[in-house]
Amino acid sequence: MATATVERLVGKAVRRREDPRFLTGRGTFTDDVKLPGTQHAFFVRSPLAHARVVNIDASRALAHSGVRAVFTGKDLAEGGVNPIPVGWLLPGIKTPEFRAIAVERVRHVGEAVAVVVAESAAIARDAAELVQVDYEELPVVVDAVAALRPGAPQVHESAPDNRCFHWEIGDKARTDAALRGAAKVVRTRLVNQRLIANAIEPRASLASYQPATDELTLWVTSQNPHVHRLIMGAFVLGLPEQSFRVISPDVGGGFGSKIFVYPEEVAVAWLAKKLGVPVRWTAQRSESFLSDAQGRDHVSEVEMGFDAGGKVAGLRVKTVANLGAHLTLFAPCVPTYLYGTLLNGLYDFPAIHCEVDGVFTHTVPVDAYRGAGRPEACYVLERTMDIAARELKTDPAELRRKNLISKDRFPFQTQVALLYDSGNYAPALGRALEMVGYERFRTEQAEARKKGRYLGIGLSCYIEACGLAPSQVVGSLGAQAGLYESATVRVHPTGKVTVLTGSHSHGQGHETTFAQLVADTLGIPMTDVDIVHGDTGRIPFGMGSYGSRSGAVGGTAIHMSLQKLIAKGAALAAHLLEAAPDDVEFKAGRFSVKGSPDRGKTFAEVSLAAYLAHKMPAGMEPGLEMTSFFDPSNFTFPFGTHIAVVEVDVETGRTSLLRYVAVDDVGNVINPMIVDGQLHGGIAQGVAQALWEWASYDEAGQLTTGSLMDYGLPRADQLPSFETDRTVTPSPVNPLGVKGAGEAGAIASTPAVANAVIDALSPFGIEHLDLPLTPQKVWKAVQSARARERR
Amino acid sequence: MARISVKVNGTQQSHEVEPRQLLVHYLRDVLGLTGTHVGCDTSQCGSCTVMVDGRTVKSCTMFAVQADGSEVLTIEGLAAGGKLHPVQESFWEEHGLQCGFCTPGVILSAVGLLRDDPNPDEHAIRAGIEGNLCRCTGYHNIVKAVQSAARKLAAASADTGPARPQSR
Repeated sequence: MATATVERLVGKAVRRREDPRFLTGRGTFTDDVKLPGTQHAFFVRSPLAHARVVNIDASRALAHSGVRAVFTGKDLAEGGVNPIPVGWLLPGIKTPEFRAIAVERVRHVGEAVAVVVAESAAIARDAAELVQVDYEELPVVVDAVAALRPGAPQVHESAPDNRCFHWEIGDKARTDAALRGAAKVVRTRLVNQRLIANAIEPRASLASYQPATDELTLWVTSQNPHVHRLIMGAFVLGLPEQSFRVISPDVGGGFGSKIFVYPEEVAVAWLAKKLGVPVRWTAQRSESFLSDAQGRDHVSEVEMGFDAGGKVAGLRVKTVANLGAHLTLFAPCVPTYLYGTLLNGLYDFPAIHCEVDGVFTHTVPVDAYRGAGRPEACYVLERTMDIAARELKTDPAELRRKNLISKDRFPFQTQVALLYDSGNYAPALGRALEMVGYERFRTEQAEARKKGRYLGIGLSCYIEACGLAPSQVVGSLGAQAGLYESATVRVHPTGKVTVLTGSHSHGQGHETTFAQLVADTLGIPMTDVDIVHGDTGRIPFGMGSYGSRSGAVGGTAIHMSLQKLIAKGAALAAHLLEAAPDDVEFKAGRFSVKGSPDRGKTFAEVSLAAYLAHKMPAGMEPGLEMTSFFDPSNFTFPFGTHIAVVEVDVETGRTSLLRYVAVDDVGNVINPMIVDGQLHGGIAQGVAQALWEWASYDEAGQLTTGSLMDYGLPRADQLPSFETDRTVTPSPVNPLGVKGAGEAGAIASTPAVANAVIDALSPFGIEHLDLPLTPQKVWKAVQSARARERR
Repeated sequence: MARISVKVNGTQQSHEVEPRQLLVHYLRDVLGLTGTHVGCDTSQCGSCTVMVDGRTVKSCTMFAVQADGSEVLTIEGLAAGGKLHPVQESFWEEHGLQCGFCTPGVILSAVGLLRDDPNPDEHAIRAGIEGNLCRCTGYHNIVKAVQSAARKLAAASADTGPARPQSR
């Protein structure tokens, strides 16, 4: 029997199967789902950052033609809507009530106080302007450091001094001693400014209630529909899970911001059941700015000690993390377990201690944004490394190289609880320096300076932690969820395959990479494989996508199900072939008897036999379908070196990013084209943090960068093409050897660009500037430096 | 309400619309052409880019009534006869999209750019699509896709002779 030679797909740049629908405008995003009779919700939002809601008069709105209803926070609370819970609890944490619609008091600009439902979005919006809300203005605090000071305005009575939690990791006594004994201690204060994810698809939700079956269906822009169903069903709305279906169809980017259960989604689901009609809400961008969870916002005091030979001796970091006005789902773990635990970086620190104060302020809540804690840790380490190199009068590349953890030390136990799975850091650094032509650049830089051109180069050696795990450990650290992933592989009688994955794709290309994996393993064409995700009505309970986990955790769950299928298929084939099960092997889509390749059955033949069940081994159940839940034994730890080359026009303060070199090690690669794409996007976001993006609040708590006209999202003409390469150090944590690539770019790039700009400005004696390094900030710094010189 | 007649993707349409209705909402909500997306409310993101009488337009900056008597091309109408346009084909090959939300707008901008400048260098491509925000790709592969599409269109016009008329 002839067997087609099946080309190996894993490792190939297979073009994406999801693309044709997006390229032709046939994607189905939440706002594209149309149901007859849909009513439209519009939220009345607080224009003040802190106020008592004295009275809400909706009579004029209700009288407006086309308006169906207006509800306030009190209506929702009395209607059985519970507060939205927190998904990660730290010791001593304060968790003030977070309601979908504020009752009595608002705590940030944009917090909803009422919702209007009308027959069109335009009418709902018109009517919202007719809702009369009387506020009694209260004092405001937006800065987290200021919020901790005695006498600061209080955000929540239940959190004295605005402190949500105090958290520590590492060995304090040892670190104190190490820094006392260090030959040199470099001290700096670093601000990691607040950012806004700004996925281009605004959040949206559509809910529909079927009285006949008591089923509620919610279409929502979610990275993890089962998490939405569990939190909303069990905790917030009290809906039975089995009759509450959450569908996150095509989702237009997430970057963390679509993980959380948001007030609007809760309200829309409640409204659909309450009113008995489908209800939709789609954010306008200006609402996204005021209602999507924001990211970063740390202030850190850093002390990094060195011995006389320039080796790191110890690291002490004290961070104040601004959490905003409410705790969203995973907010507490971002500045703690995803931040403090990453402060070991790639370096061989003998001692580290980190303490973090999580603080409430009158600003939009802060939670995970691409990298979530890890970019903040990387910025602390890599910015300080450059400051240290200058103080130690050594080359920044050399200082880093000298301190890298050597490749014979893995698995490597860090000073901050993590066990690095695998790594080989020096080659990535070496390759990046080679690609950029580091030595040659220094000569060019010196020449350019003579001509009044200010070039700079900046390095960043980063570590990333993907696939937060294992569940037992994260549970002991406060997670209110398991962090495994599920996969069902369903083989149909014809040998075609449907994969039901708990992972969710919102741009990552799972329909392609997972199909590559399945097609390779089963030796069938990719066209025989369908990947289904994002629908709790179809897929097994899964955790969705965040933290660069889909390949490492979700991919492995698929792999496990495939192995189980092959084992069952081999046993069935052995029975059909009248061979001993151990004598049957599976290769290139065919079960055959070892040594007698002619005696065999194709995958499709065995699939059919499993469903006909006419001839089964004793005790074997019919059918061919397997489900697995993979709970990894550890994180995976990608790493790499990024280098930015910039030119600063000191007369205008404008920075041009001339070159960007990235050498990443994300373990084994399933689809290099997709991995590169993930890195490109991450790099752009991190570059933008260094140069342009900033969620800036004024003292009254008004977001002054509250639209795409004001917030510096990068555009095509501000960025260069990126130069990328890879080293490959497989992970031993999963059988695929993959690590994760979703966040690496955003983690590495911010300090690389910041270091490059400060390097360019070094002739002016400028040692540090806080991000973003806007033309205005750079120009001012250069002017001040020139004024100092003249004095 | 005002009556408008618009030819959209080759099909003549006629509807009563609110004078304040934006073209993008007419396309999405009245005609059901949901491939044109809304990503912002300040005409910054370009997700709603369509072609009106052969020129790219952010359809959130235009009232439906202003399109009266015009020909509109949306992403749904670009693949003539079910065959992907060379720009669509190139975006697929070069991985010029990830989540796919900004993609229809970026593609139509690229089509417009290549009509005006069939052989743009990287700088011209980046300048030409700066009105479209993409949060996923860092623009790297979008630029490659437009370069590839330019080569394809040049090869096609070399095959079919010069000055192949474009529908304007």
